[in-house]
Amino acid sequence: MSTPSNAVYASSPGSSSGSRGITPATNPAIASMYWSVRRELWESRSIYIAPLAVAGLILLGFLIGTLHLRHAERGSSAINPVHQRVFLEQPYDFAALLMMLTTFLVAVFYCLDALHGERRDRSILFWKSLPVSDLTTVLSKAIIPIVVLPLVTFAITVVTQWIMLLVSSVVLVGYGLSIAALWNHFSLFPMSVMLLYHLVAIHGLWYAPIYCWLLLVSGWARRAAFLWAVLPLLAIAVVEKIAFNTTHFGTMLAYRLSGGREGAAFTAGGMSMDSLDQINPGHFLISPGLWIGLAISAVFLAAAVRLRRYRGPI
Amino acid sequence: MTVIEARGLRKAFGSTIALDGIDLRVGEGRILGLIGPNGAGKSTLLHAILGLIPYQGELRVMGRDPWIDRDQLMRDVCFIADVAVLPRWIRVSQALDYVAGVHPRFDRAKATSFLAKTAIRPASKVRELSKGMVTQLHLALVMAIDAKLLVLDEPTLGLDILFRKQFYDSLLNDYFDRSRTIVVTTHQVEEVQHVLTDLMFIDRGRMVLGCSMEEFETRYLEATVNPEHVAAARALGPIQERQIFGRSILLFDRCDRQQLAALGDVRTPSIADLFVAVMGNQAGHAQGGNS
Repeated sequence: MSTPSNAVYASSPGSSSGSRGITPATNPAIASMYWSVRRELWESRSIYIAPLAVAGLILLGFLIGTLHLRHAERGSSAINPVHQRVFLEQPYDFAALLMMLTTFLVAVFYCLDALHGERRDRSILFWKSLPVSDLTTVLSKAIIPIVVLPLVTFAITVVTQWIMLLVSSVVLVGYGLSIAALWNHFSLFPMSVMLLYHLVAIHGLWYAPIYCWLLLVSGWARRAAFLWAVLPLLAIAVVEKIAFNTTHFGTMLAYRLSGGREGAAFTAGGMSMDSLDQINPGHFLISPGLWIGLAISAVFLAAAVRLRRYRGPI
Repeated sequence: MTVIEARGLRKAFGSTIALDGIDLRVGEGRILGLIGPNGAGKSTLLHAILGLIPYQGELRVMGRDPWIDRDQLMRDVCFIADVAVLPRWIRVSQALDYVAGVHPRFDRAKATSFLAKTAIRPASKVRELSKGMVTQLHLALVMAIDAKLLVLDEPTLGLDILFRKQFYDSLLNDYFDRSRTIVVTTHQVEEVQHVLTDLMFIDRGRMVLGCSMEEFETRYLEATVNPEHVAAARALGPIQERQIFGRSILLFDRCDRQQLAALGDVRTPSIADLFVAVMGNQAGHAQGGNS
């Protein structure tokens, strides 16, 4: 009687049985980290569902737009330059921007819930009954917005852009037009490099203090974590304005949110390959803004680890 | 080997004193029942033992300081809090994967063979399971871990009687052996009476009574006495007296069994009755002290 049921248990967790082969079981610390990150992916499926949904919408919109544009172009033998620009570049930039915005929003809401949800549903008592340190747990939660989300977004965006390129090629060919212009005008490869650099540098490293601050608040607040994350910052800015009539704190926050100097390059040049010249990884890596941000992130994380040790269910 | 050793354990939440100098020593192979009214400090004591809260005083669990070494300690200690601590979003197969991944002493085959005897399917999410099934799942996870100490905080709260009985049966038959130690708190005192080897009453952060079950059985006697013998029985100094169907039931602490047998039917009281008697006397003392 128990044999068939056993078989069910042994074989059914498809995702897990496949991945168990790559589990780094040799080192317990790495194994704990690996499984803690996987646990986050099980719990917060918005990490990949939200970017996928947005990618789907982009593709749908692009498909409709492409067909619509072709109708308008019927009769004229060549694509006029304005349309060419619109047709060739804007959708790809726009897709990348939309995906980044999605990523940022997902990361913010993920962080606000990461150390709050487990206390709210009392599951922290279960997690703490296992030999996983608070440090591992908090780091695994910080890895999601800083490393996992940028990489997931990069993969989904690149695939989306390739599908867009294929769709527009098919449509052009279908109308008997040459796709040479399309393929000559840009290549997706530099665009992808730009995207990856932007996601890792800005969304991962530059935004790290933002995410770590949100994690800290989510471990601290008993409720309304979003308000606790935002209102104190506003309060500091307001007090500074009233007391000293300066806006250093607000300027600093805006600078951080806008992505600093590297972010400005993207705003100016978009995602097209022209702006590849404008990025300067070496400059970014020695910029004090990056390192001050990372140092602040470490402080926030250390505080979050300590908090998790003290805090029980809400 | 001493599994838990506490001396002068204290814990205050603000101005509320949850633990007021607890001394405790639990050896290997014991099953300690921690009994007390709501808010007595039972959960606080367990949380201190599990390294979930800081405390004052001395506490060693498996030779470690739980507050400093929680994650190390949890290799040897398992914990089931009341039924609702498994995350509701997790799938049964994911829970198995995760525990297998992070716990070096988890035997996945053991857990799956236990689950195979239940109606729980691997693809189910915890939120789809009944309360009883969630407890079964948690028990399956815990029993598959080769731990030295198992801590149970109201493990059967809100379960029906079948699940409760099954829970303790599984625990005794499939899990417990003389090298393991169990600490359990519960309000369903009758159901654990035959399970325990040691008993501890706790009230307002203090230990009111602590003894082994052998000691309990020799020390406490309950006599059902007909009205004509009540006066003689009262002279022996019962700690509690109650009336049922016109007969008096008197509870004695350290009384000669032969002497009592002459007055009525003598038996070992239930833990619940002793608890009521001891706590009732406590309350009386407290009121007396206040007035």
